[in-house]
Amino acid sequence: MYNNKNPLSPHLEIYKWQISSLLSITHRIVGVINILAITLICIWTLFLLVGENSYEPIELFLKSFFGKFIIVSLCWTFSFHILNEIRHLIWDMGYGFDLRVAKITGVLAFFGSFVLTILFYLIGKNIF
Amino acid sequence: MAEFSLPNNSKIIKGKYYKDKTNSKNIRKVNVYRWNPDDGQNPRIDTFEVDMDNCGPKVLDILFKIKNEMDSSLTFRRSCAHGVCGSCAMNVDGINTLSCIKSHSDIKGELNIYPLPHLKVIKDLIGDLSNLYKQYESIQPWLKTSKTDTEKNEILQSQKDRSKLDGYYECILCACCSTSCPSYWWNGDKYLGPAVLLQAYRWISDSRDEEKKERLKKVADELKLYRCHTIMNCTNSCPKGLNPAKAIGSIKKMLATS
Repeated sequence: MYNNKNPLSPHLEIYKWQISSLLSITHRIVGVINILAITLICIWTLFLLVGENSYEPIELFLKSFFGKFIIVSLCWTFSFHILNEIRHLIWDMGYGFDLRVAKITGVLAFFGSFVLTILFYLIGKNIF
Repeated sequence: MAEFSLPNNSKIIKGKYYKDKTNSKNIRKVNVYRWNPDDGQNPRIDTFEVDMDNCGPKVLDILFKIKNEMDSSLTFRRSCAHGVCGSCAMNVDGINTLSCIKSHSDIKGELNIYPLPHLKVIKDLIGDLSNLYKQYESIQPWLKTSKTDTEKNEILQSQKDRSKLDGYYECILCACCSTSCPSYWWNGDKYLGPAVLLQAYRWISDSRDEEKKERLKKVADELKLYRCHTIMNCTNSCPKGLNPAKAIGSIKKMLATS
């Protein structure tokens, strides 16, 4: 596409990150992770049909520290995706495009995702 | 697939260093992107030591000072110097803006000046916007009406209908928004980009125009319109304080509800 001699002006490496653009790319990455995670969870539940022996190793893995780290991370990716998707839905309804509002909702979605993660974790531990 | 890194002929090499000759105590380092079509070299970043005691308040003043006093070959577009014509759009300190209305005192540290991102460079700070102009032409930015002769002399518009164009008619097509948009970087050949879509919305929402439906139908395309993912770099960069993201959102909403 760019085979003539004129160079392409620099883009990604020089453009300053904005809150909105950072959240947008995070939303995408997290979305991909979620799809992979859901697929893996589905496969895991399929093992239920096969029997205890095939199910057990995965449960053991998930009970290890690394496994727990993955679970908590997935809690966050789902929380963030849910909250940021609500932002997108509000945009689709035609609201919240004001620069200030978009910034505030973005920050809310980001910090809210951590609160939601902790909530998920506590619910999972049967604290409530 | 989008190409995230620059092609080989666009990689930036180290440039020249222009030392201050005025013995000024108030010096600022200004890094400027340079590319000369005639010397066959890669683009480079030249650093200029600019005497800030004798310099106007805006970034454009710095560029003029460099051109007048240090290197007359520095090339950039400019015309009105009052934020009305949109010629001097460039990337200043990482954000696209009009250099004539951007105060350099707002920016801390060294000043980095690049051309608008992801364009073919013609020389130094001048990018090739012909693709954007072609896309602008494709949305047919003129009033379409079936009225003829005397009827056409003056088509009245209520104050309410006129106010629907506020925030859209002010666009000066400086291309700051379109060239700030990552979607436009990766799909600029097909995606219309914020500037052109804002213009499209301006004509769609004009009460005097009779081809609203056709206009909407024309723009309703997976690539032309829906490559907008509300990244909002456009609104963040608009030097006129307009909101292209909202205009695109409004088109999407119109299509979803019509």
